[in-house]
Amino acid sequence: MTAKQILAVDDSRTMRNMLKQTLGEAGYEVSLAEDGVDGVERLRDLTPDLVITDINMPRMDGFRFIEEVRGLGRLRGVPILVLTTESDQALRNRARAAGATGWIVKPFDDGNLISAIRKVTVG
Amino acid sequence: MSALLDGFFEECGELLESVFEGLSALEADGGDQEAVNAVFRAVHSIKGGAGAFGLEALVAFSHVLENALDAFRSGAAQIGSKEVQLLYEAGDHLSDLVERAARGQVSGGEMPDLHRALEGICGAVDQEEDAGLDFQPLTLDILPLEPEPAAGFDIVFRPHATLFENGHEPALMLRELGELGAIDVVADLSALPTLDAGLAKTPVLGWQIGLESDCHRAQIAEVFEFAEGLCDLEIIARDAEGLKVEDPVTQSDIDRPEVVERAPARETIRVDLARVDRLINIVGELVISEAMLRQAMTEIPVAKYGPIEAAMGQFRQLSGQLQESVLAIRAQPVKGLFQRMSRIVREAAREAGKEARLVTHGSATEVDRTVVERLVDPLTHMIRNAVDHGLEDSDRRQASGKASTGTVTLSAVHRSGRVVIELQDDGGGIDRERVRQIAIDKGLVGESDELSDAEIDNLLFRPGFSTRSEVSNLSGRGVGMDVVKSEIQALGGRVSIHSEFGVGTTVTISLPLTLAVMEGMVVETAGEILVVPTTALRETFKASNAPLHALGAGGHVLNRRDGLVPVFDLGSALGFRTAPGEYGDHSLLLVETEAGRRVAFAVDRIRDQREVVIKGLQQNYQEIPGVAAATILGDGRIALIVDADQLAEPAVRGGAELYGGAGYVQ
Repeated sequence: MTAKQILAVDDSRTMRNMLKQTLGEAGYEVSLAEDGVDGVERLRDLTPDLVITDINMPRMDGFRFIEEVRGLGRLRGVPILVLTTESDQALRNRARAAGATGWIVKPFDDGNLISAIRKVTVG
Repeated sequence: MSALLDGFFEECGELLESVFEGLSALEADGGDQEAVNAVFRAVHSIKGGAGAFGLEALVAFSHVLENALDAFRSGAAQIGSKEVQLLYEAGDHLSDLVERAARGQVSGGEMPDLHRALEGICGAVDQEEDAGLDFQPLTLDILPLEPEPAAGFDIVFRPHATLFENGHEPALMLRELGELGAIDVVADLSALPTLDAGLAKTPVLGWQIGLESDCHRAQIAEVFEFAEGLCDLEIIARDAEGLKVEDPVTQSDIDRPEVVERAPARETIRVDLARVDRLINIVGELVISEAMLRQAMTEIPVAKYGPIEAAMGQFRQLSGQLQESVLAIRAQPVKGLFQRMSRIVREAAREAGKEARLVTHGSATEVDRTVVERLVDPLTHMIRNAVDHGLEDSDRRQASGKASTGTVTLSAVHRSGRVVIELQDDGGGIDRERVRQIAIDKGLVGESDELSDAEIDNLLFRPGFSTRSEVSNLSGRGVGMDVVKSEIQALGGRVSIHSEFGVGTTVTISLPLTLAVMEGMVVETAGEILVVPTTALRETFKASNAPLHALGAGGHVLNRRDGLVPVFDLGSALGFRTAPGEYGDHSLLLVETEAGRRVAFAVDRIRDQREVVIKGLQQNYQEIPGVAAATILGDGRIALIVDADQLAEPAVRGGAELYGGAGYVQ
């Protein structure tokens, strides 16, 4: 069985490193992108099983990025999790309006990260 | 985890740079929306990372700062010069907190006043914000826990189209429900269209789920957490009165966020500095071996313009380019250094009760990383000096028709293979009469000495000189401008000061672009080969043509238009031989020290001028007075690089005589 692929988009290098390490240890294959533009670029030749994205990013933020992903026919059904802080209810609503599947509450730990992923991915 | 944490602090450094970059843009234009966004993002990233590592003090403060920035960003609060100053203070404090966290200090160093001031900004707008906030309380979250666990639940679940559009899979929710207990799922096919009605445009399936479980309702709600608002959902506790979950409002009327375009970041890789230094060393050796090869070729007959010569020419060119490119790896812009200085100006002004601002030019100018690092201390000291001693207080400035806020200008520019850093203040300038008097009082100069303006200005760099009678809290921290000078010199740099009374003072630092190579004059004396750095060199000439005058026992002076210059034999100054009584066939090198002192060194012969790769002696041998470093010449011989400044100081020359005839260097 091949490992599930996750594209993680975050403009913070620390976050990317953490996601890569945590998800890698959980057995996922992780690709990274630095912002929405970079993420869309990565998705040209990548069909991940899950996308995780930050909201506040330069060039193209998470909302726009989610809309872009949903606009790609190939990835219309891919689960997309947004990284939000606990108090960001308004952000969650906006993300959902843009097409997000769910959210991961920051600061995340292995537990809430993996359980959020399990909620939206098959297998 | 530790590598991740290190990475975080490293990123914090870059993020803080963005913060201050944005703030200086805001200082210039308070309405610069992109600048506010950039600062906000940087602070947000710091907060995010800090949260991940549980650095609570950092989270707490960046949260408050983030809120204040958000208020500016949304236009709920206006940015004026007062707010920019507050943000600068906040940025400084944020830097401190990052530093503390990096040192492992979790708490302490809070600044409640600053905290409150920032809260004041967002507090003022909170009420308006709340009213307009598109906030839908999460119904499922506030459901009370069942007073008594129920025996089971009946759940009705009917997805909307949006559930599928958002990438959900109902089967996953059923699977998760199944983990709570035994489930019995019945698909509701009642809405399924008949075959002749065509394909359904909206979802038609629903499920009725019976769950045997003593779990809480909240646990079931959690299963559908992400699906809230994207489906019809009823959860009815069996054997108890169930609550019907309201249909949440759909979120279609939300504004699209503005997308801010920014130039794509340059692609970079991170490389261990030790690897780069190894590469630089190897390339240095390559350049040397190229020179050796070229020298060896002069001893064998090679056809002029032949293929070997052509290949050698190309080799030389390529190795030169290689060296340049490799050194460029270590180069970094002085931007970060300059940004740190802006904080020093603010702090120094605050402490001195003056108004001051820092203006920078050429912050993209690149210099060797080590040079940048080692400039921090001397530059800090000079800036403090400029604010403390250079700038007048506001009253005095206004009285002399100047703007009440003093300006310190820091600029960097590449000039003929060196980088020139200029620190300028628009203060009162050096009070030369006072400087002269102090120097006389301290015995640095004689009462009757005739001193030029430049010489008086440079007295500030003399050890033991301090113009303030009381040691001020700011600049008097145990280091004087003499320390600044020696630090700059240790970097192969020169420093000079120029001042105009009433108008201001300019300190100019000239530095090599790299610490690895330098331009030198290769000379022979007493059978040794030495290199004299060209930075100190003013003129060379033959002793036989020079107006030399004997003075005392074996001493000589050189008669120049503008005065007499003492002549020293370089070979004896370094202890290779005793000074010859006469300088006939010798060559003379006129050297000027940073202090403006001139000395002529006599050598046997001048060979040529070239770039040499500097090999430190301190590590391999020990520090030798009068010798700065060593280099390997084209023929493989080792040559010492002379520290002309040190040798020109009488004390060192006197000391060097201790080596006299001992031949400590073979």
